[in-house]
This record gives sequence, C-alpha cells and structure tokens, in this order.
Amino acid sequence: MPAVQETVERVKRIDVDQYRYGFETLIDSEKAPKGLSEEIVKFISQKKNEPAWMLQWRLEAYRRWLTMQEPTWARVDYPKIDFQDLYYYAAPKPKKTVTSLDEIDPEILKTYEKLGIPLREVAMLEGVEPKVGEDDPARRKIAVDAVFDSVSVATTFKAELKKAGVIFMPISEAIREHPELVQKYLGSVVPTSDNFYATLNSAVFSDGSFVYVPPGVRCPMELSTYFRINERNTGQFERTLIIADKGSYVSYLEGCTAPQRDENQLHAAVVELVAHDDAEIKYSTVQNWYPGNSEGKGGIYNFVTKRGDCRGDRSKISWTQVETGSAITWKYPSCILRGDNSSGEFYSIAISNGFQQVDSGTKMIHLGKNTSSRIISKGIAAGKSQNTYRGLVTAHRKATGARNFTACDSLLIGDKCGAHTVPYIEAKNSSATFEHEATTSKISEDVLFYCIQRGLSQEEAVGLVVNGFVKDVLQQLPMEFAVEAQKLISISLEGSVG
Amino acid sequence: MALLEVKDLKVRVEEREILHGLTLTVNEGEVHAIMGPNGSGKSTLSHVIAGKPGYEVTDGQILFKGEDLLEMSPDERAAKGVFLAFQYPVEIPGVATMTFLRTALNAQRKARGESEYSTPDFLKKVREVSKSLNIPQDMLKRGVNVGFSGGEKKRNEVLQMALFEPSLCILDEMDSGLDIDALRIAADGVNALRSPKRAMVVITHYQRLLNYIVPDVVHVMSKGRVVKSGGKELALELEASGYAQFEDAA
Ligand SMILES: Nc1ncnc2c1ncn2[C@@H]1O[C@H](COP(=O)(O)OP(=O)(O)OP(=O)(O)O)[C@@H](O)[C@H]1O
Ligand SMILES: [Mg+2]
Repeated sequence: MPAVQETVERVKRIDVDQYRYGFETLIDSEKAPKGLSEEIVKFISQKKNEPAWMLQWRLEAYRRWLTMQEPTWARVDYPKIDFQDLYYYAAPKPKKTVTSLDEIDPEILKTYEKLGIPLREVAMLEGVEPKVGEDDPARRKIAVDAVFDSVSVATTFKAELKKAGVIFMPISEAIREHPELVQKYLGSVVPTSDNFYATLNSAVFSDGSFVYVPPGVRCPMELSTYFRINERNTGQFERTLIIADKGSYVSYLEGCTAPQRDENQLHAAVVELVAHDDAEIKYSTVQNWYPGNSEGKGGIYNFVTKRGDCRGDRSKISWTQVETGSAITWKYPSCILRGDNSSGEFYSIAISNGFQQVDSGTKMIHLGKNTSSRIISKGIAAGKSQNTYRGLVTAHRKATGARNFTACDSLLIGDKCGAHTVPYIEAKNSSATFEHEATTSKISEDVLFYCIQRGLSQEEAVGLVVNGFVKDVLQQLPMEFAVEAQKLISISLEGSVG
Repeated sequence: MALLEVKDLKVRVEEREILHGLTLTVNEGEVHAIMGPNGSGKSTLSHVIAGKPGYEVTDGQILFKGEDLLEMSPDERAAKGVFLAFQYPVEIPGVATMTFLRTALNAQRKARGESEYSTPDFLKKVREVSKSLNIPQDMLKRGVNVGFSGGEKKRNEVLQMALFEPSLCILDEMDSGLDIDALRIAADGVNALRSPKRAMVVITHYQRLLNYIVPDVVHVMSKGRVVKSGGKELALELEASGYAQFEDAA
C-alpha cells in the first residue's frame, strides 16, 4: 500500500486518543505522515499548541483549497504535483533556542558559508554583539530568525528589540503570545481564498516570522530570516507577517537555501506586509533555493505569494529581490496602494540558468489618490532557461494622480534561453501617468572579449557584466547583502557560457 | 630575442580567408608599426594574437616568448603579457572603471601566482598613472567607457596598458579620434612604457603618430600579408605615394 494511502487508512481506523498517541510517536520522529487531510492540518495546529481560532482558520482554508485548481497561466512547465505525496510537517530537531554555534547543524553553517552569508551573522545567533562605537556598516547588528524545514530554531536580539517595542518572533509563538495582533492582521492582505498556493499555505503553514513595529519606532536593526529546506519530500510553507504601525520603519531580509535533491520540492510561502500611515517597510529577498542539476533534475518549486498593503496615507513598501535559485519560480511581490500618497517599489533581479523557469514580476494596485509606484526589473536568462517578467499596474477610478514608472531589462546569455515580458496596464482614470520601458539584449561577445583580454576568465567576465547590468537593483539592497548578492550572481551563472 | 613570432599565418573568418600567410617577428625592446589600407587585415591580426573567438587559424603558428600562443586561452595570454588596445573600446555599463581595473589586474596577478594588490597600493598606482595621462579621477568612477569621448576611451586603453605592464602591447589605431593634444599625451604615455623587455606593435593609418612614437620597423600590410618592411622612412614614403604600389605585390 502506498504510504499516503496507508496513512489515510490508519487515521480512519484510530479513535481520537489513539490518534493522538499515533502522532505522539510521530512527534518523536518530528515528522507528520505524508499526505494532506484535515487530520494533518489538526496535527500541525496541535503540534504548535495553537488556539482553537487558529485551527478553525486553517481548516476553513483547507476546505476551500479542496475546491480550487492549480493555476496554469504562468509560463512554466512541470509535471503535475501529487499533493498527497508530500510531507507537510517536519522538524529536524526539538524546538529550542540556539545559544551557541555548536548547537547549529554544521551542514547549515556550511550552507550559509556557500550562500555567502558570512558567519558573523550566524555568530550573532550566539548573541555576539559588535563593539560599541563600531560604525562599520558590515558590522551593523542584524537580528536573525532561522527557519529549518518547518520550524523556527532561533531568533536573536529578542531582548534588545523588545526594549524598542519591536516584536520579532516565530509566527507560531506570536499566535500564542500576541493573538490579538495575529488575529487582526493574518489573512488581511492575502486572504485565505486568494490563490491555490496561498490557500494551501493557510491550511498547513508551520512557521515563519512575525514582526510588529509600534507607532513612531524606527526598528534599531535589520531583521533577517533564513529559510532552509532540509528534509526529503517535504513541502515548506512559511508564513510571514510584518506590521509597521504609524510612522514606523523596518527593514527585513530573507535568505533561502536548500540542499541538492533529485526530487523536486515544494515551497509555497505567504508573506503579508501592512504599512499604516507614514510607515515604511523595506523587504529584501536573496533567494537561492536549489535550482536542480545541469540536466534539469530536482530543484525547488517556488510558488510564493507576497503582498504588501500600504494601508495608511503616505505609507511606503519596497520589495527588493535577488532570485537566483529554484527550478521553478512563480512569484509576484505586490503592493496595494490604498492610502493616499502611498508608494510602492519593486526592484528585482531574476537570474535563470540551466533548466530553470522563472515567471516573476509584480502588481501595483493604485487605489488611493496621488499614489506612485516604481518597478525596475532585471531578468537574466542563461543556459536553457526561460525567464518571464509578468507585471500588472492598475489605477482604480478614484486613484487620481496615480503614477507608475516601469523599466524591464532582459539580458540573454547564449541562444538556447528565452526572456519574455508580459506587462498588463489598466488605468481607469485619465489622470494616471504610466510609463513603461522594456529592453532585451544579448550579452555582447565584444564586451566579454574585452574583459577576457584584460585577464578575466570567461565566467568572471560574465559575472562582471551581469553585475553591471543589475547594479541599479543591487544598490537597493542593504549594503552587507549587496556584496553577498553580487557573489551569488556570479556563482549562479557558472557554466552559463562556452 | 624574439618576443613574438608569427609564421606563415593563415586565418579564416566565416569561411573566407583574411590572412593569407602572414609572417612577422618582433624582438624585445622593439617598436613595430603596421600600416595598410582599410580591410587589409590589421585588426584581424591583432585579434588573432589576442585570441578573440570567431577566427579559424588554418595554417601557420604564433610563438610568444617561444611558447605556442594559439594553445593558450585569451585570458592566459593576457596574464602572460599580451595586451591589445582596441580600435573600438567597448562600454561596460554599471561596472565602475576603478572596479574593472582592479578586478582585471588582480585576475592577471592571480593567474601568474602573484599576490593581489592591497587597496592603498592599487589606488596609489592608479592615481599616478591616471595623472600622467591627464585622466581625471572622476572618470574612473564612471562605468567603463560609458559616456567617454572617443579620445577618453583611447586614453583609458593606455591607462590599462600602463597599469598592467604587459610585455607585448598591440595598439590598434590608437590615434583615431584623438585631437592633437590628446595624441601627444597618449603617445607620451606609450613612450614612457618603452623598455628593453617590452615590445610594441602600433597599427596606424597616419605617419603623424609615428612622429611621436618612433618605430624601429615599419611593415606594410596588404590583402592579408606583410608586403614590405623597412625603417621609419617607409612610413614617410607611404604618406607621399599611398598604397597603390603595393596592391600588385599582394
Ligand atoms: N567577423 C567578420 N566577418 C566577416 N568578415 C570579417 C570579419 N572580421 C573581419 N572581416 C573582414 O576581414 C577583412 C579585414 O578586416 P580588418 O578589420 O582586419 O581590417 P583592417 O586592416 O583592420 O581595416 P581598418 O583599417 O579599416 O581598420 C575585411 O574585409 C573585413 O570585412
Ligand atoms: Mg582595423
């Protein structure tokens, strides 16, 4: 009997107490059985000691999900996913706060090293603080929340953040400790019914980060989360919720990695941002999920819903992403410009190599008056990859004075890859001004040869030229990560030519 | 000692033979000028020496310091000391000139097993060289050749040459697009690099450049061959009578 079937049968056979017991054993192994059912949803909720309202919310999402279809409009192609053949919960270790480097899996440390996230950030998990008066920006404090598989293992600088009134913790903890905030905001930007993957996430999400910045507070440090998929056949469903109350500011960075596996692994996260009056949220992503091998085997399916709600007047949300990993990326970080004079930004670098498929872009929904948005997208396609920018800019009837500027540049490396630009523009009032520019070019042989003549290897030359191409976006990243992203870009293009 | 030996070189581009058996020997310490009508294959020769892809060598050989140059990748050739100042230097948007210089210099040094330059040493060196070439520091912050005038691009080539200290400098029409003052400055820069260990191949259409950079040997190229070689007087002769007399020889 296939494992999934077996689980279903077993769950049917046992009564509630036995059921609990059955899962207790499983808790030892820290893994829920394969497959998805109401029981699995309950298991996850129970594992997290969630209140009843949370379980209810999940179950509603699950029931909704059962009625939904996987979207097919994106320019990506993959075999049908068997959602019953996945694990929906896996915790590699008992959950506890990591207090020293020794307690972190050396494999994870190695991964960070490879990703180029310097160990000093990991060392911060230890609470090692920089010397007072140290103004080197590379030594700026960064609070880290590390999520391995489905569980958050460490959040650093909690105490110091608390002093400033900032709440930064795993969302599983926030559900218990700050239910009023979670209940108020969760699903308020990405409703449980939003789309197939977001709905799935709502049913089974296991952890992620929660941030609340109180009125008038400028978050004293960068907040950062590292997501890591370790387990085989495990879907990862993080849920991140960031709320910037009136007049506050926060900068948040997420990094993602996964080991090499022959099978494809599913990652379906939901990120919700809420910015109240005069608040600003800067959200940066360096995504380096395993992209699959050179024959296109394995790699992460990255189906992510990220949305920011500029709920208040003069609020601002800015998305910056450097996407180099995943076999398939399906991701459109968006802004709902609800408040008057609010603004949204989307800066993106999407690199595809090998057999990667990227369908990414943004949505800027102008609802308030005098709202503005800016989109700078740099797509780089190499190998046999396909790279699509898909963007939507709309102005509502009442969004008078809405402005958007979009610039989409694509760079092709070699002639077996493809770059595509799919802009949708809708202005429902005549005072909106939308500007759209798009270019597609091939990396110039003459430029590469120039660099190589000056001593750079072919790969170094490609890395240099591409880094030049994406410079405008790199500049938007917090400085310490811009350097790392730059390295990552070069690494991800290895073997792209010749 | 011979630094560069090109022997009976035949080169095809897209099925068409451009160099039909070219022979040229350049010794250490010498400056050679190559002159010849448009399309005679001067740039092709320089590209093949530097290792630009797209050229098929069907016969002959190129030795550099006695080694088979055609066996080396173009970046290896650069690290070994082959430098080509391009007729048309390209622009590299978003890559600051300073970053480019440093990346290239360190790549070459690394390939040779030398240590990388420290930031202060590197900055000092760039400052010195750019000053002598009248290149403002601001220019080095801009993208490589982006928005540079024709003359500035050429000066940037000489800057790199001075910085990398190659043993063979090939200058492809360094004088095109330079005004008189810029020409003098660039030529001074080149002359400053003349040394008993270094050789130069100066490709030009105009005798004028050779007043500044005085060659030891002048070659006339026509239709993919060297058809005549001589002393610096040959350039003056050409200026007076043109290339017509060599058409038949080729
Ligand atoms: N990539 C190419 N494809 C086809 N023909 C080429 C290519 N490169 C060079 N050629 C041809 O080879 C011949 C020699 O060109 P080359 O650029 O070497 O001449 P040159 O002597 O440098 O001329 P100029 O004085 O105008 O710079 C020309 O007829 C040119 O059209
Ligand atoms: Mg030429």
